[in-house]
Amino acid sequence: MIELSGVNKWFGDFQALKNIDLAVARGEKIVVCGPSGSGKSTMIRLINRLEAHQSGRITVDGIELTDDVKAIEQIRAEVGMVFQSFNLFPHLTALENLTLAPIWVRRTPKKEAENLAMELLVRVRIPEQAHKYPGQLSGGQQQRVAIARALSMRPKVMLFDEPTSALDPEMIKEVLDVMVELAREGMTMICVTHEMGFARTVADRIVFMDAGEIVESATPADFFAAPKTERARLFLSQILGH
Amino acid sequence: MSWLRANMFSSWPNAIATLLIVWLAWKLAVPFFDWAFVQAIWVAPDSQVCRDAKGTGACWALVHEKHRFMLFGTYPFELQWRPVLVIVILLALYVVSALRACWRPWLAAAWIVGLATIGVLMWGGVLGLRYVENERWGGLALTLLLATFGIALAFPLSIVLALGRRSELPVLRLLCVIYIELIRGVPLISLLFMASVMLPLFLPEGMSIDKLLRAQIAMTLFAAAYLAEVVRGGLQAVPRGQYEAAQALGLSYWRMTLLVVLPQALRISIPPLVNTFIGFFKDTSLVLIIGLFDLLTTVKISIGEPKWVGFGVEAYIFVSAVYFVFCFAMSRYSQNLELELAGSAATGGAR
Repeated sequence: MIELSGVNKWFGDFQALKNIDLAVARGEKIVVCGPSGSGKSTMIRLINRLEAHQSGRITVDGIELTDDVKAIEQIRAEVGMVFQSFNLFPHLTALENLTLAPIWVRRTPKKEAENLAMELLVRVRIPEQAHKYPGQLSGGQQQRVAIARALSMRPKVMLFDEPTSALDPEMIKEVLDVMVELAREGMTMICVTHEMGFARTVADRIVFMDAGEIVESATPADFFAAPKTERARLFLSQILGH
Repeated sequence: MSWLRANMFSSWPNAIATLLIVWLAWKLAVPFFDWAFVQAIWVAPDSQVCRDAKGTGACWALVHEKHRFMLFGTYPFELQWRPVLVIVILLALYVVSALRACWRPWLAAAWIVGLATIGVLMWGGVLGLRYVENERWGGLALTLLLATFGIALAFPLSIVLALGRRSELPVLRLLCVIYIELIRGVPLISLLFMASVMLPLFLPEGMSIDKLLRAQIAMTLFAAAYLAEVVRGGLQAVPRGQYEAAQALGLSYWRMTLLVVLPQALRISIPPLVNTFIGFFKDTSLVLIIGLFDLLTTVKISIGEPKWVGFGVEAYIFVSAVYFVFCFAMSRYSQNLELELAGSAATGGAR
């Protein structure tokens, strides 16, 4: 489904990613973790080309990511993304946030797009907020609308970039619940998150990154019980220690 | 009463300041009111009556006698119902455009029909209307036309320029930067001179663009450069996350710009945009230097007549009042619009 091989990424002189190899199968759920600045976000942002890589190959659903704008737009329509800061469109209602891309990118008729949008809002459990603007919703509600918005394009893959990091603690669960449900339905997912409980229940594989490299890649059971590297052990002790 | 006490008389210095200002205002306002209304001469058979009352009462008779010239310039007297109608149509278009309930596709059609009707009315030459060459247009009608067409043309151009200046295509970006900086770096007056004096030199023999059109083009280009910077400011205020979210959904550059970025950028830019519009409205008075008779010029000419020499104060108060009505309306409207838009969208998306 997604394949990164030998991918390198620099920001100026700083090498953010070093020789990344990662293959994600259809239906697989990957949790990416690691200390901040380890390149987790950068890696998933390469997958829908919010950042461009400088060397190596990235293919998504058989299409290679190059400078070809058409191919990029095609891949972006197939790959849903959820951001840490929600990034809902503040001038549109929740419903309009969900119908924008289907109408303008997929050319879905308005009525049909609205029906799908309502279905999705039911799925994320906030149909009653459909006609509110993002500024009138709580953080947890905004993030659930953002997940529904990503789903509105019927993506084959969902990328989550620290979806709960900007939320107040009492709102984290409502967002994670939606993500767990999505995973149960068989969506291919790559999540950058520090929610280790979520990782344990949902992930098929945990990818641990540090300093721009994938240091370890293992099932949750193996990773939590017996991390192979010192760096992973240190990270786990810090994150689970308190 | 309690508000008065809390805000105006909360302490001794505050109370003294309040009383002092009230006293000063009283001292100034009463004589002015007396001069402008009580002792004023509203209608006079000739200016001698005004001359006798000079110093004690305002001579509004001047405005009364010359108002047709002030408002319509040298437009043929018996045909002045046409510019009257034009002003009415323009005002109607402003009002309709100001109502958000009317922001529908038919509004664009209304503008096209309205502007076409205005053209027919001003020029004539069809439908049995006598032809009036635009050298004879003037006064308020001319001022409103220059301002309306100027803003209507400059605004879209400014958006294109602002987008171009932020473009990733180096040549396009450079062109936009050169345009904006070049035009902004030159006074409007010199642009108008260039348009009226230099431009004809470059045109082939026998070909000429009329003076009004040249002035309109110069003013539009000038306004566009200023507005472009205002729009660019709005574009920069749209968070990066908005672009990323739009891209992540697969929106192309133009769809992202039109559906996500511009609506937010323009909303942020309302105060400075209206500020520029107001400035532009008043800048139209500079066309006097190339011999067009806008409102300010017709007023100036009116008081240049031997009969009315010396009544400049009244004339300028009148013309200021007209400008003020339009500018104040724009300013109030923009405040309302800001509040309304803020109300509908609450606050921004990201916390």
